[in-house]
Amino acid sequence: MSRPLLEVEHLTIRFGGLVAVNDVSFAAQDRQITAVIGPNGAGKTTVFNCLTGFYKPTVGRMRLLHAATGREFLLERMEGFRIAAEAHVARTFQNIRLFPKMTVLENLIVAQHNTLMRASGYTVLGLFGYRGYKRAEAAAIDRAKYWLDRTGLTERADDAAEGLPYGGQRRLEIARAMCTEPVMLCLDEPAAGLNPRESEELNALLRFIRDEHEIGVLLIEHDMSVVMEISDHIIVLDYGKKIADGTPAEIRNDPAVIRAYLGEPEEAA
Amino acid sequence: MTTDARPLDYGAMAKEAGLTAFVVLMLTIVLVGFELRDVPGALALFTRFPDVLAACLIAFFGRIAVILLREGYRGAVVVGAGAAALLLLIGLLPETLFGTATAREYAEAYMPFSAPVVRWCVFAAAVFLAVRAALARRSVRADAKSREAAADRAGATVQHVARYAGPLLGLCAVALPVALGHDQQAMSVAILVMTYIMLGWGLNIVVGLAGLLDLGYVAFYAVGAYTFALLATTEGIEWSFWVCLPLAGLFAGLAGVLLGFPVLRLRGDYLAIVTLGFGEIVRVVLQNWYGFTNGANGISGIPRPTLLGLSWEEEAPEGQMAFWQWFSKNFWEVQYSATHEKIFLFYIILGLALVVNWFALRARRMPIGRAWEALREDEIACRSLGINPTNTKLTAFGVGAMFGGFAGSFFATSQGFVSPESFVFIESAIILAIVVLGGFGSQLGVVLAALLLIGLPEAFREVKDFRMLAFGLAMVGIMLWRPAGLLAHREPTVRLNAPGKGKTP
Repeated sequence: MSRPLLEVEHLTIRFGGLVAVNDVSFAAQDRQITAVIGPNGAGKTTVFNCLTGFYKPTVGRMRLLHAATGREFLLERMEGFRIAAEAHVARTFQNIRLFPKMTVLENLIVAQHNTLMRASGYTVLGLFGYRGYKRAEAAAIDRAKYWLDRTGLTERADDAAEGLPYGGQRRLEIARAMCTEPVMLCLDEPAAGLNPRESEELNALLRFIRDEHEIGVLLIEHDMSVVMEISDHIIVLDYGKKIADGTPAEIRNDPAVIRAYLGEPEEAA
Repeated sequence: MTTDARPLDYGAMAKEAGLTAFVVLMLTIVLVGFELRDVPGALALFTRFPDVLAACLIAFFGRIAVILLREGYRGAVVVGAGAAALLLLIGLLPETLFGTATAREYAEAYMPFSAPVVRWCVFAAAVFLAVRAALARRSVRADAKSREAAADRAGATVQHVARYAGPLLGLCAVALPVALGHDQQAMSVAILVMTYIMLGWGLNIVVGLAGLLDLGYVAFYAVGAYTFALLATTEGIEWSFWVCLPLAGLFAGLAGVLLGFPVLRLRGDYLAIVTLGFGEIVRVVLQNWYGFTNGANGISGIPRPTLLGLSWEEEAPEGQMAFWQWFSKNFWEVQYSATHEKIFLFYIILGLALVVNWFALRARRMPIGRAWEALREDEIACRSLGINPTNTKLTAFGVGAMFGGFAGSFFATSQGFVSPESFVFIESAIILAIVVLGGFGSQLGVVLAALLLIGLPEAFREVKDFRMLAFGLAMVGIMLWRPAGLLAHREPTVRLNAPGKGKTP
């Protein structure tokens, strides 16, 4: 197997005396959906916040590889917004964070900020109607349209994002993350609050992203129907430690995982 | 008429009205009840307890009327408020119409409050209540949400009209000096209003677009004014207006970025407090750095702008020509008039303000403008999309400060004199009030608010004592009825479908 997209080694995060994540190592591959699961408080979101630069790890290394260019990024050394801008790691949030008063389309255009900034000559040329900026903006709208089509939001493109139903907001957040052209997409509980039909659509969307856009997807999820169906690889955390790592079939039968989720049997069966 | 009336709870009603009257009592007992007056040789304390009592009674009955209106007893309110208005009118009219001494004495004896304006305000409030009660189609208790939606719709209509009204207003502004002719007083007011419109538009970029609550905006106005004043008057420099203006703006922008660096880590209320502090620091420095800024005495003798080297004085300084002489020589005979200069100044500030407006409208459609708005909505989401929050905030702060600096240098040159007194906190508050009153991010709203807050008080100069009172009333009213500002409606910066054609289920 080629070198993985993301290698996390000995990741440890302490908040004062509390060890939220304790010596976790794992790898995520390109063109695969890697799920991180675990009971509440297992440290899943903390790992995500570390990967996307919202926290700095106490110990550990996170190495991201751009397969196309061969460039390597050490995420633990990068400033938060640079991880998105340069290493192209995109994320969504457990409690949706859209720009509520802006329209759906604007949400997707804002996501292409850095490209458009360069095209507008850092605003100076754009202010005077520079052609190149107009072209770049048209291209940005085209990309936005593509993702609107994919997420079924085209009809609502000019409505304020806060007016979308819950499922629509979840999909818009994914579309917005994809508009940044990521190499790795981190989704924090994308299926939370969705009904079974919407979950099904989400599965299809994530498969599409993996297969057609050939990027790595990292997923935190509680909904096992989503996890077991679409994941290629599962990592299980419990109390900040990794307790299992493998394919869905392996995880399903892993005694440590069953113990973590269902508790210790009172007497050995 | 009283079909939708609910049964009344008299006890609760009396309690609520009593409480209102009590609050009014507490507020007015010191401020209105006692008055220090200058009698020859000393200060004397007078009391005005009847006025306090009148205020409490008005609050009491007004509150009862509002409660009745809320509960659907419209008939009673129409009769009561109408009767009160009529009584007041009878009291007010003789004095206003005849203005004789007897009429005034009669009014003094039977009417509360000594100022006619206040009496008329009470009368207006009574009429308003009566009309409101008579016209209310349904119970007035509309829920806040539908009211907000209605306000937004109204804002949207105005925005659509604004596409045509904006240029029209611009034309009006261009034609204004022609219409006002040679009324120097009116031109001064127009210049003042225009300056505040420009400041409002500048601050709107910072507060309305980027959502950074800046209570120290006047600091950049001051930096611009002082930069201009020092550059234009220091011996050996003495550059002309057109060189100093951009320099002053750039310097104020730089000051904005420098101040922004430490400050912009904070958000919301904290940012507001710190910017307020910085605003005061700038003023205190200007006041105390005697060797550089001439302290509280200020800098005087700041040269007026010239038009391509033509002076606006009656007697041009050596080597220059006066405008009226030049005009007489090349076109037709004109006499020297001080209003020429006023008109020229008006066009300068109009031009500057339009530049700010152009920039604000244009920048909204640029990536930077969208990033400002996105940052206002959710900073964390912005970071996750690779937007550098520090730089984005700094540009907003710096650009806003730069425009403040332009306005400041205009202020310096139009007054010919600057001193720290012109840059006190209340100026920041007024500019912010213009932005809030107009509606965050609304360009037309700022114009409207500036006219209301600056233009009206200037036009009614004789009642300036009540300026702050009216100011406070306007603010309270806005917070009650239009919490998002007069014209608050956000128009998308980019659309997929033409407006109105989007099919939404």
